[in-house]
Amino acid sequence: MLEQEQARELSREVLIRCGKDPAEVVIIHKDHALTRFANNTIHQNVSEINNTVYLRLLQGQRKGMASSNSLNADALDSLVERARKNAAASPEVPDFPGFAERSSYRSAPAYDQPTARCSPEIRADQVSILCRLAKEKHLNAAGAFSSGANAFCVANSHDLFAYHSISEADFQTVVMSSDSSGRAQASSWKMEHLDPETIGREAIRKAESARNPQDIEPGNYPVILDPYATDDLLDMLNLYGMGGQAILDGRSWMNNRFGEQVMSSQVNIWDDGNDRNGMPMPFDTEGVPKQRVEIVSRGVVNSPVHDRSTAARAGTSSSGHAIPPYFPSFMQTIGPCGLNLFMEPGEASLEELIASAKKGLYITRVWYTRLVHPRDCIVTGMTRDGVFMVEQGEIAYPVKNLRFTQSYLEALANVDAVGKDTRLLKSEFGSHAKHVPALKLSGFNFTGVTV
Amino acid sequence: MKDLIDHALNYAHMKQVQYADIRIVQNNTEAIVVKNGIVETLNNSESLGFGVRTLVSGAWGFASSHVLSMEEVERVTAFAIEIALASRRAPEDEINLGPPVTSQGKFQTPIKIDPFSLTQETKLAELSAADAAMASEKSISVRRSNFTFICEYKWFGNTEGAYTEQTIYETGGGIQAIAVGGGEVQSRSYPSSFGRQQVTAGWEAAQAWDLPGNAERIASEAAALLTADPCPRDLNTTVILGGDQVALQVHESCGHPIELDRVFGTEAAYAGTSFLTPDKLGTFQYGSEFVNLTAESLRPLGLGTFGWDDEGVPAQSTPIVKDGLFVGYLMSRETASRLGKISNGCMRASGWNRTPLIRMTNVSLEAGTWDLDDMIADTDQGIFMETNRSWSIDDRRYNFQFGTEIGYEIKNGNLGRMLRNPTYTGITPQFWNSCDAVADAKHWQMYGTPNCGKGQPGQIAHTGHGASPARFRNVKVGVI
Repeated sequence: MLEQEQARELSREVLIRCGKDPAEVVIIHKDHALTRFANNTIHQNVSEINNTVYLRLLQGQRKGMASSNSLNADALDSLVERARKNAAASPEVPDFPGFAERSSYRSAPAYDQPTARCSPEIRADQVSILCRLAKEKHLNAAGAFSSGANAFCVANSHDLFAYHSISEADFQTVVMSSDSSGRAQASSWKMEHLDPETIGREAIRKAESARNPQDIEPGNYPVILDPYATDDLLDMLNLYGMGGQAILDGRSWMNNRFGEQVMSSQVNIWDDGNDRNGMPMPFDTEGVPKQRVEIVSRGVVNSPVHDRSTAARAGTSSSGHAIPPYFPSFMQTIGPCGLNLFMEPGEASLEELIASAKKGLYITRVWYTRLVHPRDCIVTGMTRDGVFMVEQGEIAYPVKNLRFTQSYLEALANVDAVGKDTRLLKSEFGSHAKHVPALKLSGFNFTGVTV
Repeated sequence: MKDLIDHALNYAHMKQVQYADIRIVQNNTEAIVVKNGIVETLNNSESLGFGVRTLVSGAWGFASSHVLSMEEVERVTAFAIEIALASRRAPEDEINLGPPVTSQGKFQTPIKIDPFSLTQETKLAELSAADAAMASEKSISVRRSNFTFICEYKWFGNTEGAYTEQTIYETGGGIQAIAVGGGEVQSRSYPSSFGRQQVTAGWEAAQAWDLPGNAERIASEAAALLTADPCPRDLNTTVILGGDQVALQVHESCGHPIELDRVFGTEAAYAGTSFLTPDKLGTFQYGSEFVNLTAESLRPLGLGTFGWDDEGVPAQSTPIVKDGLFVGYLMSRETASRLGKISNGCMRASGWNRTPLIRMTNVSLEAGTWDLDDMIADTDQGIFMETNRSWSIDDRRYNFQFGTEIGYEIKNGNLGRMLRNPTYTGITPQFWNSCDAVADAKHWQMYGTPNCGKGQPGQIAHTGHGASPARFRNVKVGVI
């Protein structure tokens, strides 16, 4: 693990090499392992240790960037030289707001040593319990159990230094029979918050309930969404509109809708990097302290999240939501986004949401969702791992998977009720997550069936 | 590097593993983005590290590190063995890797101009010219032009005696114009969507795309889409897909379901499984007689072109669909032996810190006999669609839905009015069996997909797909 003083020393070594050129150093340390299973056996079992330094360097208003995961003196010399060369070649960026000033940030402790140092033997033992349970029921379990820790450090020429470490664990499984499947997942920065056996039993229960699925016609149905499905609604609305860059580009579902009620008054969405019920990160990769941002309040579009550049252009201040440099390149165009998102829970249990439905579909999960059109955040995707017809408040029978094409904005306008229990679900792209409840929606547009 | 590799393999031998391999990878990537006249990104990243894979008592382990030293190589190899032993707590059936792999040699992508040898100013000039050309259109809110250059060095050795060295160059680039107005948002891209076209080649590929020369057209098409008629809804009609959209259709509805790890269920929890089960091999009519698909890691320009895969298996060509009949899979050593076959070299890892998975190499639709103009002239009614905008497919790879950036009505053999928001949907084998025309070699081109996600922890692979425009009958369009 990269400790705070090691991070301070490493960032100092880079900044010294930058001389009088203003510079910003981000160090991301990753020590992760993952045990993967399928067909009731472990088939992949991997670990990774990496330490990457990202440098942004200014020459006047010219900006150059470079990164390296080699940390010896020659490699650091080369890192600075490459950033300098890029800055020299770059035209001036007149509205670049410069690097963040030194500021204080709240501490959000989220490092748990047993989670960070979980051994392959512990992970394998937990996985083998689920594999045995599935085998006993003639089912087939697949999934992944990951554990590890990250350290983040930001330092710059304004004497800013910020450090945060976080452990993380995630257990997810799909359990299958010959004609059905069920999925469950749990994430936390503290492994003791996860119980792989309970998660496994949830997936087994769904797989058994989903056997012998029936054909139904596509159409508009009321739905009850498990938190796993709600997670996708929040994910897509976040990626395609909750950030300042999308607003400035004019491609956000929020554009021209500020102050308008576009979702049910039961919908409250916010991002809070300091909340330890999520995956906390008290500052962003520009070193700006995370602000709690009320994105949607009682269904009314309130505010996007910002980094320093989008805030400067929008005439406001950064909320501490710069996108991490390790995000895949196709996500870099998205700009700032929420990384510790919450949707406020309601008062009904999942069972009560189902019991209150005369007719509808209980959707346990959606999958392979893609944006069809940005303006109303229209998304297409498939149901997966358990869909059930609800009649007169009871689960009547499982149905085959369906394709939907649905405005997620409209979906959240259709909220009839919000579940009281929430799930913390970690993103596949790093230490960020969403905390989401189940939802009951009055309509959802299913546009196709599969074989 | 050879010393480090020998040290890992000697240590693994000493610990009496069944099998071990080590890959050292150094990746240098240069990314340049110009957005709305501003250089948004000028970045040079270097990543160096190694990964050791061990097979111990029939179970796999993999460990990796960014620290290249004898001590770290030994620690990581020992850890990979410890992880493999832990895997024994839920063991697989006996693992057979098939015949030993003893490949030796060096491979380098043939390039004419090394993009890393050019000044940044040269590359920026091309992007700035494209940006300026898009600026003439007033309704364009976002102009983005970019290049990505990659040089990756890879050293591989295994306990069976293989040792290879490879240098792979990739050049990627593209432009995008986003128009906003009247409550609409529309986008056009060139030469491909989602940022860039990408190929294994040098700067010569970027020159050939002529981004500045296409920028004005792209901007004007994006602007025109704002007021274009919408694609007709819920209509069954003939569809002609541009080559770039055919390439993605091949990727999603053929490339993924022929991955043998998916077929055997080891990707079930994440990417899903496949409808192309082994009983269908050699018997299943995947497409019409005009559909011929090949997986090949030898083709010039393909992002799946290399000397050896990440198990040291040599690059090769495999028929996948022959005259419409399903005849081949993408295989690893372990999965191939389960079918009594030998690996066709499709194990690829996205970097030093990932274990190899079965990935596409270059899965291509072979050229047909039609000229595109003749194909359109031969179509009474339908829609021409090109440049992907959205894609989604179910976990067995049956039900898909794609959207493209632009469409044109076809009426009485002619291209007519522009259509916005075109989408089409279908079921994979029905769709490919409805293919009655594939454009000829003149229209065939190698496309790159540098954003293919698979595996846990996630891996982004770079795959290639040769394709030309093709025609499909009775396709449902206009689902939005």
